[in-house]
Amino acid sequence: MATSSVSKGCFVFKPNFKKRKISVPVEDYFNKGKNESEDSKLRFETYQLIWQQMKSETEQLQEELNKNLFDSLIEFLQKSYSGFQKNSKDWGCQIKLREIPTAALILGVNVTDHDLTFRSLTEALQNNVTPYVVSLQAKDCPDIKHFLQKLASQLTGCCVDEESKEGSTQVAQKKTHCSMDSLSSWYMNITQKTDPKMPRKKRTSSSQWQSPPVVLILKDMESFTTKVLQDFIIMSSQHLHEFPLILIFGIATSPVIIHRLLPHAVSSLLCIELFQSLSCKDHLTTVLDKLLLTTQFPFKLSEKVLQILTNIFLYHDFSIQNFIKGLQLSLLEHFYSQPLSVLCCNLPEAKRRINFLSDNQCENIRRLPSFRRYVEKQASEKQVALLTDERFLKEEIQSLLENLHAYHSNYFLVLRCLHQFTSSLPKYPLGRQIRELYCTCLEKNIWDSEEYVSALQLLRDYLLPPETQPLHEVVYFSAAHTLREHLNAAPRIALHTALNNPYYYLKNEALKSEEGCIPNVAPDICIAYKLHLECSRLINLVDWSEAFATVVTAAEKMDANSITSEERNEIIHARFIRAVSELELLGFIKPTKQKTDHVARLTWGGC
Amino acid sequence: MPAEKDFTQQRHHFSFPSIFIYGHTASGKTYVTQTLLKTLELPHVFMNCVECFTSRLLLEQILNKLNHLRSSEGGCSTHITCETFNDFVRLFKQITKAESLKDQTVYIVLDKAEYLRDMEANLLPGFLRLQELTDRNVTVLFLSEIVWEKFRPNTGCFEPFVLYFPDYSIGNLQKILSHDHPPEYSADFYAAYINILLGVFYTVCRDLKELRHLAVLNFPKYCEPVVKGEANERDTRKLWRNIEPHLKRAMQTVYLREISSSQWEKVQKDDTDPAQLKGLSAYTHVELPYYSKFILIAAYLASYNPARTDKRFFLKHHGKIKKTSFLKKHEKITSLVTLQLLTLVGHDDQLDGPKYKCTVSLDFIRAIARTVNFDIIKYLYDFL
Repeated sequence: MATSSVSKGCFVFKPNFKKRKISVPVEDYFNKGKNESEDSKLRFETYQLIWQQMKSETEQLQEELNKNLFDSLIEFLQKSYSGFQKNSKDWGCQIKLREIPTAALILGVNVTDHDLTFRSLTEALQNNVTPYVVSLQAKDCPDIKHFLQKLASQLTGCCVDEESKEGSTQVAQKKTHCSMDSLSSWYMNITQKTDPKMPRKKRTSSSQWQSPPVVLILKDMESFTTKVLQDFIIMSSQHLHEFPLILIFGIATSPVIIHRLLPHAVSSLLCIELFQSLSCKDHLTTVLDKLLLTTQFPFKLSEKVLQILTNIFLYHDFSIQNFIKGLQLSLLEHFYSQPLSVLCCNLPEAKRRINFLSDNQCENIRRLPSFRRYVEKQASEKQVALLTDERFLKEEIQSLLENLHAYHSNYFLVLRCLHQFTSSLPKYPLGRQIRELYCTCLEKNIWDSEEYVSALQLLRDYLLPPETQPLHEVVYFSAAHTLREHLNAAPRIALHTALNNPYYYLKNEALKSEEGCIPNVAPDICIAYKLHLECSRLINLVDWSEAFATVVTAAEKMDANSITSEERNEIIHARFIRAVSELELLGFIKPTKQKTDHVARLTWGGC
Repeated sequence: MPAEKDFTQQRHHFSFPSIFIYGHTASGKTYVTQTLLKTLELPHVFMNCVECFTSRLLLEQILNKLNHLRSSEGGCSTHITCETFNDFVRLFKQITKAESLKDQTVYIVLDKAEYLRDMEANLLPGFLRLQELTDRNVTVLFLSEIVWEKFRPNTGCFEPFVLYFPDYSIGNLQKILSHDHPPEYSADFYAAYINILLGVFYTVCRDLKELRHLAVLNFPKYCEPVVKGEANERDTRKLWRNIEPHLKRAMQTVYLREISSSQWEKVQKDDTDPAQLKGLSAYTHVELPYYSKFILIAAYLASYNPARTDKRFFLKHHGKIKKTSFLKKHEKITSLVTLQLLTLVGHDDQLDGPKYKCTVSLDFIRAIARTVNFDIIKYLYDFL
């Protein structure tokens, strides 16, 4: 299209409307070459399914990560709202400056991600606090007039329902008469019309409040001009009693910007509290964790690909949205250019699809370098079968896929263990984040890497047994047998020692005796015990009592005059009976019916 | 103010066409004017020029409020529209023909009058001469914090009567603040508190509004010993010892708006240590992507080193800048501008190469340089 013109100018050529655009369905793009068009429809569907799942996973993740932030913001707003409603009869409330509650939201330098955050925030606020939530961008508000116009038009759009008819006429008016007074009167009209009897489409908690506050979100605070901000804050501060405003500043750098943009006179009209969102690096780690370091999704990235995506993130823009777009691109490209990606799905489905693989696809498998290496390692008959027999090949592929799946489950488990272990080591030899460790593992055998060796070296250096350290006996208690002796009691041994060798406990010189002998001054129970040791399983009480009497009388040669032998015998007999009952109590003997006047012995040997 | 009273005692007399009242913030200008006009029940219209970002808004609002004044029985009639000052004069003459407004001076008060200077050039001279232009009994009062010399248009105008409201002296502040005493405590008790407050804050703040706000915020802490029973109302020494460090801390935090007043109150209620609360200025750290840090450092060096030393410094670390991909550089510069770390200097119409200047502080750039192991001090001309 040429033009002829004397002066230089700009010419517009409108598109030719006669040529109608033919739109190609997306799946047909997959029919690139003959080789790569195998199972193209199925591949496209699989791609779509996986992408949908990944996308909903990231959205859920986003919600969870934002939850804390949003909850604290909502709490702040509710607190401020109740501050508005508080009856100002209180002495303090009458005198204090009426400040506009402001939330300074620090979101980080990845401004491309902020949009999504603000959208979810608006939704959360509308569900929980107030339906009047307005977001403004600096580029739409070069001066105060446009600022108020945009604010008014968004506000009237906030309450759809029955008010829409009046809203539209008011909108026409607002364009020309936009001022703080008109906003205040609009607000008073709207809140007076909030009659609970009226049927409402949205039965949210916010509609129960009598006069919900108006929340104004300034999405990119740094880009606003000082004058616009100042003028608006001064104006709205004077109308606070009839237009309850709450501000949210979206800040990308740091809150110092507030003091830079607003002089003290203006910032003293605000009641500012700080809120911070999750650092984007932590966000990235969580995204990687949920999308790649898991067996939930079959799709994986190689080391170089992952490196590219993370480098763009870390070196260029910190943008999670761009990272996810990169991931989507990789996913699409994989399904587009790799015909075998038809098997990149969950294991049962993949096993089913193996049966329907065409001959072309089987050839594709045979050409894979990893499969070739695998075949070379097999026995020659198996090699031949793999290369020629379709059915055998398919069976083999089934088991190989199962192995691949098992490999992944074990891999991620052990990776996480290793990360837990090495992430707290000094100087972080294997990186602080799991994604650094993952990249290293993807690249090569981790056990060959220097960092791994140095990590294990730390083990060797720092986990030596204490015996190697001089003076360790000063602090280490090692007398184990003594402890066991005291804690693992052996009552039988103690009893035996006491009965057999009463000197051990009683320390009476007179009780010292040689082995085997019974000193006749020993306590009765000892004498009875020693005597019973010499007996067999059944002890004759009469014999025992006579032996006892013999030993005891030998000890008591004195005092023969004081008592008669009759009485002496009775006393000895009584002593014997007492000793026998004590032995029975201690469990050494028991009465038996096998022979009359006999008792059974319950112990043998020393104890 | 005796001067004002003379002007208003005989309502039908014409008073001086325009009066310019100036003084620092919170010196009583607005309060005295409003109270005087309301108490003497003089017909007036009070306008805050901050809200009137177009002249139309200002003029229409004045007319509509006047209209409201004159028809005080019924509701407001139709909304009056007015586009130019010419229309304003005409409509003003119409409205002030009404019975209720005819025989007395109507007052128009323009608060924050400094905003008039940014509006159309004919507004200020027009209002100064409004009495003459409309041939009606009207006086315009201008209230402003800025001196008249900064208002006077180059083309000359009718000189208003200039009235200065001086700042309150410390004695005056003491008296005014002591008036607010809460009903539960005696006036003497509160006056002693105000004395201590002024002793701490007077050197940095003379703004009455701010001082009242601070007085209310910190009073519960002052009363704490009395409430707990540790001291009675006359133990000035003990009370002083309790409150003085607290006020000094308030000066560094809530007065500077480093923390909000609601946070301050919460700290007092929970009895936690205020030193634990981090103010806004404590959060200076900004996480930047790797290459952006280098672009910022380069920009800082380029902004603050004289041009002739550039070659000497840049050859050394030029290698680092080369690594960044050329395409991304432009995007990154734009995003740094958005974050206000760089600003555009020079005119927009310089199409060949926009010029930027780095606006971060030395501390900030040193912190950034440290994260990439770059010793920026070595490259700064001022530190050689």
